[in-house]
This record gives sequence, C-alpha cells and structure tokens, in this order.
Amino acid sequence: MNRVEPIPPDGPPKLYEARKAVHNKRIDGPFRRFKWLVMAVTLGIYYGTPWIRWDRGPYAPDQAVLVDLANRRFYMFGIEIWPHEFYYVAGLLIMAGIGLFVITSAVGRAWCGYTCPQTVWTDLFQHVDRFVDGDRNARMRLDAAPWTWGKLSRRAFKWTIYLVIGFWTGGAWIMYFADAPTLVRDFWAGEAAPAAYIAVAILTFTTVALGGFMREQVCIYMCPWPRIQAAMMDENSLTVTYKDWRGEPRGSVKKAEKNPGAFGDCIDCMQCVQVCPTGIDIREGPQIGCITCALCIDACDRVMDQVGRPRGLIDYVTLEGAEKEQRGEEVPGAVRSIFRPRTMIYFALWAGIGLAMLFAVGTRDRLTINAIQERNPTFVQLSDGDIRNSFDVRIRNMENRPREMTLTLDGLDGGVMWAGSGNRDQALRSFAITVPADQLLSTRIFVAAPRDGAAAEDFSFVVATGEGEDAEQAIEAARFARPGGE
Amino acid sequence: MMAEDKRVDEPTGTEFVGHEWDGIEELDTPLPRWWSIIFWATVVWGLAYTVFYPAWPLINSATEGVFGWSSRAALAEDLAEVEAERAPLREAIANIDINELPQNEQLMQTAINGGRSAYVVHCVQCHGSGAAGSEGYPNLNDDDWLWDGTMEGIEYTLIHGIRNPDHLETRISQMPAFGADGILTDRQISDVVSYVRTLSGAEEASAASARGSELYTANCAVCHGPNGGGDQSQGAPNLRDAIWLYGEDRASITDTVANSRYGVMPRWGHRLDPVTIRMLTAYVWNLGGGETPAPEPEGEELAEAESDEPG
Ligand code: SF4
Ligand code: SF4
Repeated sequence: MNRVEPIPPDGPPKLYEARKAVHNKRIDGPFRRFKWLVMAVTLGIYYGTPWIRWDRGPYAPDQAVLVDLANRRFYMFGIEIWPHEFYYVAGLLIMAGIGLFVITSAVGRAWCGYTCPQTVWTDLFQHVDRFVDGDRNARMRLDAAPWTWGKLSRRAFKWTIYLVIGFWTGGAWIMYFADAPTLVRDFWAGEAAPAAYIAVAILTFTTVALGGFMREQVCIYMCPWPRIQAAMMDENSLTVTYKDWRGEPRGSVKKAEKNPGAFGDCIDCMQCVQVCPTGIDIREGPQIGCITCALCIDACDRVMDQVGRPRGLIDYVTLEGAEKEQRGEEVPGAVRSIFRPRTMIYFALWAGIGLAMLFAVGTRDRLTINAIQERNPTFVQLSDGDIRNSFDVRIRNMENRPREMTLTLDGLDGGVMWAGSGNRDQALRSFAITVPADQLLSTRIFVAAPRDGAAAEDFSFVVATGEGEDAEQAIEAARFARPGGE
Repeated sequence: MMAEDKRVDEPTGTEFVGHEWDGIEELDTPLPRWWSIIFWATVVWGLAYTVFYPAWPLINSATEGVFGWSSRAALAEDLAEVEAERAPLREAIANIDINELPQNEQLMQTAINGGRSAYVVHCVQCHGSGAAGSEGYPNLNDDDWLWDGTMEGIEYTLIHGIRNPDHLETRISQMPAFGADGILTDRQISDVVSYVRTLSGAEEASAASARGSELYTANCAVCHGPNGGGDQSQGAPNLRDAIWLYGEDRASITDTVANSRYGVMPRWGHRLDPVTIRMLTAYVWNLGGGETPAPEPEGEELAEAESDEPG
C-alpha cells in the first residue's frame, strides 16, 4: 500500500519525459559526405522519377512510372501491370522486406542511417535549421531566447521553408498518379481532382510534422523497424560502436598528460554527442536511438587526429570483432562480415524472387478469355428445334495496341455462334473480332446447337491472334446446356 | 469512513478512491486533459447537432432543426439530380424512330438497362425473371413471335396489350372452341390433332392425320395458313415450329382445339410513360429473338468495348 519512498522535494516524479530538442552540430567527414550523396540520390529519384518519359506507343501513357488508378493500370518502365496481376506488386513488397533483411544482417541499421525517408527528410530539415539559425550554439541560444520580433520573424522564415519542402514532397507524390506535366498545369489552374489537393495537403502536413518537428522521436517511439532490427542483428552485424575498452576511463588531454597511463583514449570532448542527429550518447553503448548514421565516427576521428591518437575509437564493428579486438586477436575485415552464409542466403532468396518475377513477367499472358454462361434461362428452345445458350464472353487484350483476333468454337458438333448484337443469319463457327488496345472487350455470344446431344456438353472458346513470334492464344472451357439437364 | 479515507498515495501524490481489492487500491487519478477536452467537445457537438438537425421526438413528429434538413427532401433532391442527368438520353429515346434504336449503340444500351429495371417490376410476374415464360406465358428469349417481333411490333404490343376488352386498338383474335361450340366431334378433333402434330414432326403421318388434313384445310387454314405457318397479323401461331405455348403433347393440343385459348396481356400505354415502354421494348427485343423489319444493314458492330468495369 504505502510505499516507502518519500515524496521528492520537487513534487512527484513525472511519468513522461519532455523532449529535449536536438541541435546537432555541423560535421564533415567521409560518412557525412556519403550521407550527402545518398540524400541527393534518394531525393533525386523521388522528385525526378515521375518526369521520366517512356514511349509505349499511341495507346498508353508515356510516363515511365505511373500508378493509373482511374484506369487501374500500373506502369513501370517496360512493365505494365493489370489489377489481376497485382501479386507482382506484392512480390516487390516481399523483395523490399527481404532486402531489409539482407542489409540489416550485413551492415546493421544502414537503412535507418542513410536511406530511410524519415532520416533523409529529418536531415534535410536539420540543414534548413542550420541555414536559417546557424550552428548548434546559435540555435540553442535562439531556442532559449524570449519571443522577440526578431525570433518570431526567423521562426516564420524557417517554418515557411518547412512548408515549402512539405509541399514539394506532397506535390511530387501525386505526380506518380497522373501524367506529371498535365497534372502540374491542372494543379495550378485549380482544375486537378480534389483528391490531388487533399493528398498534397496531407503529405505537406505529415512531412512538416514528422520531419520538421517530431524527427528522432519517430525513430525512437513510433517506428517498429528498430525493434525488428534489434532482433535481426547478430554478432556478425556491423554496428556503430564506442570502444569502451579503449576509451575508458575518460579524461581530458591535460589530465592524461599529468597522469600518463591512467586514462583511456576518450577525452570527453562530447563531440560525438553534439553531432548526433538523434541526440544520444553512443558511449553508453548500442541503443535503440542510434540509427547508425556514423556521424559520431566522423566527429571522433577528427578529434583523435587532433590529439594524435589512432582513429576508430568509435567505429563500425561487429560484436564478434569487438570481442576479438579486446582479446588482442586479429579482427576480421568488414568484407568478411558482409559475405557470410546468413547474408548470402538472404541475398539468394531476394535475388531468386526477383529473377522468378522477371521470368514470370517475361512469359506472362497478354491475352485472356473468360466465358460466363447465362443461367436464367440456361437454354432457350428455338423455333427450328435447335437449342440456344448465351455466354458473356470477355476478352482481355493486355497489349498496348489493338489486335485482330479470331474467336472459334472448339467442340460442340453442329454448333454455331453469333455475337449478341448480331443475328442468327450471321452464325459461324469462327469469326474475327478486334479488341482495342489495353482493354477488356465484353460481348454476349449466342451459341446454338442441335437439340440431340448430352444435357451438358463440354466445348471451348478459343481466341487466337497474331502469327509467328507474335502469336498468342487463350482457351476457355465452357459447357453447353440442353433441356433435361437440371 | 469518508474522513479517514482521504489518504494520499505518496509516490504519486494522488488521493485514494477508497476501493481496495486484495491490497490493490484505486487511485483517484484525474482524466487526462486531452481526453476531457475531446469529451466536452463531443458533448457540445451533440447538443449543437440537436439544434441544427432533426432530433427531439415530439408527440407526432420531431423537432425540425434550424437547417430544415430532412432525409426525404435530400432523397428527392438526389432523384431530381439523376433525372436531370438522364433527361437528354430519355428525350433522345423518345424521339428516335423505334426501328432505328438498335443501331444507336449508346441509346440502345441505355434503353436495355432501363428496360431491365422496368421488366423486373412489371413483367416478371408472368414472363419470369429470365423472361423464359412458362406454359401459356411466352418465352421472350426465343425467335418465335405470335404477333410481331420487330421493335415497332413489340412496342405496339406493350402499349395496347393483347385481348384487352376495354381497348379498341388492342391486339385481338379469337380461336373458335371447336369442341365446346360443337363445330367438330371428338373424333374429328383427334384427327386434326394428329395432322397438326405431323406438321412439326411430332408424329408420323397416319390415316388419322390424312383425315385431319382435310378438316384442317376447311377449318384452320384460314388463320394458321395452308401450310400451318401461322399469321402474325392475327396472332395465329406457327404450327410447324418446335415452340408450343401450351405444350406439344396430344392432350394439350386437343384441349386447345376443343376449348380454345384466350391469352391476355395487359396494356401498359396508360400506366407507363412512353420512354419506359421503349426501354422495355429494347430489353425484350435484345433478349435474343428480336426481329428486324428491313434487310440487315451492312457492317454491323459485333460487340461493344468496355473498360475493365464488371457489369
Ligand atoms: S550515436 Fe552516432 S551513429 Fe548513432 S545516431 Fe548518433 S551520430 Fe549516428
Ligand atoms: S568524440 Fe570521441 S573523444 Fe570525444 S567524447 Fe566522443 S568518444 Fe570521446
């Protein structure tokens, strides 16, 4: 019941910790430059892809990557996906999942550190902060300063830039769903679909909220991926590590000079903490807040250079490598930890799915036929004694050009057919039909056959087109019903 | 009890409620502020709603709300909107030459869809949901028409009905009841039935059918034609085909010859608007048996292309 702990002098403890704003310091180094490069590439892909053109002939859009929701098609360069082929997209998602396995088992949370959109946009917004308000110290001063007009105008300026970035992010997103040049024109003319404006508004809001304000909290509190990754890493996964066996106990250069041998390599300069975009102290050990962006490696290497100690006090190390190093054994190279059975198996799985999908895409049908029998009534007695059935036949031409096809009855002796809008005088066993480019042609086909025969007789509709290389054929089994069957 | 329960939980500084279960006590922790705000906002919203929209029940009605909104008015508005949208198509259907309608793909499709809806309300009772009819009620899917299977003919039948006693223009004819009226004897009727059944190949020629042949020429050929081909202008069925409205067995045909039949179809001209009747015409014509008056026009479209839309 009553606890033994006394009430602390400053009131009961808070159940939630208030966020401490992260003002990360500018840093330069190989990893920072790599991050710049990744940022340029990923943002370039994101903003630029919708503008790539891809000629598909006169019957299909010429946008390389397009999710055409209205017409229910998904275009990706040379590949076109119909709604019933959506499993290819599911396959891509599975590949993306396994891809994360590959990356994580080999180089730890590299996804988090370099390519995750949350990281890239947070990085971008932090650069905006630095651009508007100056580096770490200036930002901290400004944060603590009272709200003057000067501060207010600076904030207004910064938030405007945030909004512009958010708007561009949302604006680029909708380009994937319609012809980009047309949509841009319609958008500014106020003629785009309401969904476009709503999408831009939502994405502007989420971008500014997640990248501009929530930042590292998304990684630490909201994202499931750090938890999953923690479970996926093993003793051979590379991760950013502070080599405490080398660094501890910490002591300034002065102290170390006075007392040689008593201190480790860490001079407690706090540079690693100040550059960290998530505001953590890597010297406390691996933790969920560390996205392994390696900026602290850049920072510490600089410090070590300045004080003339060997680099790599903070470094990418595997758990096993760390143990070996502590025992004074030789540490295997990073390549060894990347090319090991586990990552290879993941990679083989990933590549296998990719190749299988490529093969499937390469050999898939671009012509299908479906025939659904009219069930009410299933058959009709005609005046000359024959029996007539009616089928709803659907032919799908999934190529970007109209195709001449031949629809033929296979089986059903004495049977003939004619299109629903035609007449029985035109009945044949086979006739030509043109299916428009990239469309489903739906037509009612009447089939008539002599009354004598099985109550249910199997036959098939065959649709064929093209010659030689171009030839394609699809068959649909159907059943002819006669009286006395049911 | 009250007084001594005013104890405070020291680590959190919260009062106890006074409930205890097996040593676990409930704290009187206040509701989170965000929760209370949402709660009171919903209360305000709810009260405001009852002012602006119909809400409070009275004896015979309910308060109408400041906005004056009602679901019935909203429905009427929606319907009017749909009607207005369809008006041009309906007008076009009303004005086109009915025999031309099948050639106008868009209008025809609209008419067929509208006709299907009207059919299931007005026609299924007799002709069945698939329009396959039943004994005494013609199958509308087949290619056999008692009166007229062209667009124009079907429209006429729909407007004026068949054998409507109170209507001058109705389609009318009456077959004599050869047995009941004493025109033919039972034996003669049996002979005529034998002959009629040879026409459609249901029976082999026999002495009876030979006798019946003469009786047929004298009594039946006037309407059903010398060869039994029937006559659409007076609704006289074709006796040579495979379709028998009342059955092709001896008993059914004997019953027909002896007692006659008098199938009635209501007329719809005074109950349905002309466009709905045209839509019904298109639907029935399109079931598979529709006849074309003039020779076929060349180059007919075989099918219509659709998007991936089901239905
Ligand atoms: S601790 Fe280092 S690697 Fe981890 S997030 Fe911070 S700067 Fe990046
Ligand atoms: S940057 Fe290096 S030397 Fe400085 S505090 Fe961090 S680990 Fe120690």
